[in-house]
Amino acid sequence: MRIAVASGKGGTGKTTVAVSLLLTLAALPDADRPSKLQLLDCDVEEPNAAIFLKPVVEGQEEAGIMLPEVDTDLCTHCGRCAEVCAFHAIAVFGEKVLVFPQLCHGCGSCAYNCPSGAIKEIANPTGTISWGTVPGTRDVRFGQGEMNVGEAMANPIIRRLKQAMFKDADDGVTILDAPPGNACPVVETLRDADFAILVTEPTPFGLHDLRGAVQVARGELGLPVGVVINRTGVGDDGVLRFCEEEGVPVLLTIPLDRRIAEAYADGAALVEAIPEYREGLVALYRQILALVEGVA
Amino acid sequence: MAEDPRQLIVLSGKGGTGKTTVTAALAHLAADEVSLSIADADVDAANLELVLDVQQVASHEFTSGYLAEIDPERCISCGQCYDACRFEAVTPGEDGTSYRVSPSACEGCAACFHRCPTEAITLLTPPNGLWYESSTRFGPLFHAHLFAGGENSGKLVTLVKQQARLRALDDGLDLVLVDGPPGIGCPVISAVSGANLALMVVEPTLSGAHDLSRVVGLADHFGVPSAVLINKADLSPARAGEISDFCDTRGIPLVGRIPFDTIVTEAMVAGLPVTEFTDAPVSQVLVDTWGIIREMLMGGADDRGKDRAS
Repeated sequence: MRIAVASGKGGTGKTTVAVSLLLTLAALPDADRPSKLQLLDCDVEEPNAAIFLKPVVEGQEEAGIMLPEVDTDLCTHCGRCAEVCAFHAIAVFGEKVLVFPQLCHGCGSCAYNCPSGAIKEIANPTGTISWGTVPGTRDVRFGQGEMNVGEAMANPIIRRLKQAMFKDADDGVTILDAPPGNACPVVETLRDADFAILVTEPTPFGLHDLRGAVQVARGELGLPVGVVINRTGVGDDGVLRFCEEEGVPVLLTIPLDRRIAEAYADGAALVEAIPEYREGLVALYRQILALVEGVA
Repeated sequence: MAEDPRQLIVLSGKGGTGKTTVTAALAHLAADEVSLSIADADVDAANLELVLDVQQVASHEFTSGYLAEIDPERCISCGQCYDACRFEAVTPGEDGTSYRVSPSACEGCAACFHRCPTEAITLLTPPNGLWYESSTRFGPLFHAHLFAGGENSGKLVTLVKQQARLRALDDGLDLVLVDGPPGIGCPVISAVSGANLALMVVEPTLSGAHDLSRVVGLADHFGVPSAVLINKADLSPARAGEISDFCDTRGIPLVGRIPFDTIVTEAMVAGLPVTEFTDAPVSQVLVDTWGIIREMLMGGADDRGKDRAS
């Protein structure tokens, strides 16, 4: 089962929930513990889960897209490559062919359609994926993607991370820590998940962005969703009313608590700093199991 | 001829550190002293309108990019489109029926369209969002709403920002104030280019410091100078100290330390910039911060970073 943790609004506690759920499941008695367990940090622009999990990295590889490279001896300047490129990433000016790497999505259409076989594709790394194990657990796996500073596209790195980590893991539980927002990198993270936990806070900003997240996860992708409300005790009741009206279950609430903020500041996982939260996370997991099985 | 408007962008790397709260306060404080136009460049989670009491003036559709669609009548299930797609967007139908495109995975590259032997594929151009022009007490606001899971958010960011800048040029306004998106990817690159100063709002946490160093690297990459504002600074004096050291090492001005106070949330619930809602210490810090930023942007003759990326 793949459980994604997303939010719309940034900084609501996605990583806190994802990491704490992972560590809680890892500590369950054997009968309840998923056979395999891993967390993928898909927030490749600003990955932070490793700060809390301190994984032992076992391997890494470059990720990115394939960029066209034009052989000037073979090129006839016919312009077919520019014609088929939907992103204007390749252009022909007289006898010159220019490639704009920042616009290229690496779809390979220019190379495939070149009538003189003048274009070959060269790997263009825009980031790194890495993987390893979480210390202090029994073989809990960790993977993360990290986009290079100055690059624009997160999706190829997220896609590569999932390809590398999904294989052989489907009989266990994979937790996906999503990037903030409601745009394409979030969709790339969520689109083959089985459930989306949406983390929000009880404020007008939290509500506004939660609406967007529900539209993406449930509306566009058809996933069952549940909400975690973080930092309760301030703000208003807009999020609660929205969840009631929309029939979105509230899986867990976490009060505004200075102890939690201080643990987070120092890179300590919530359930390690304040173990009593394990109970709530176990209950959250059981609700997800029921909701996913109910949908299937 | 009027001088070019100055452009200030509020960024953070990590989400939820208070960008919009700071932007709204700066809009309120700046409007007393200079003329400005405002852009909300966080187009997939746009919240600035919630605290600026906006009156919508106009709304426009935003369309960008393709979505492939397969006509089941024409599809002969040859699988060429499936072979062509590198984005896992084409899936075979069950039992040899027509292939299908998953709209959420399609990047609009048109590789399948050019490969299909029976011309069964159409390239649709659905709208990806809406953008708006609104008026506020502090100046015109340009903002947008990217539809759920939309592609091309960078282009929508560019559009919203350009509109704010054009208005500033047309009306001879002093300042373009941009509320930026989180992260360091395409929407942030679109938002930061051409800015005179990037104000980085950071919380004193390990995550915040990690993400700050990446977004400062991005601003450097595009030749935009940074300034740092620590939010909730008293939550971890140790981490705040580390961020201060980072700023010293990198020669980045640390322009303020906002204390943690739930009155910030109360202002948000009231739909007001925090500086308009209260004169608590939070607001005092923001007043001082604006003074420093104003000096950096408009005082003196330091023009570095000016529009070189646009």
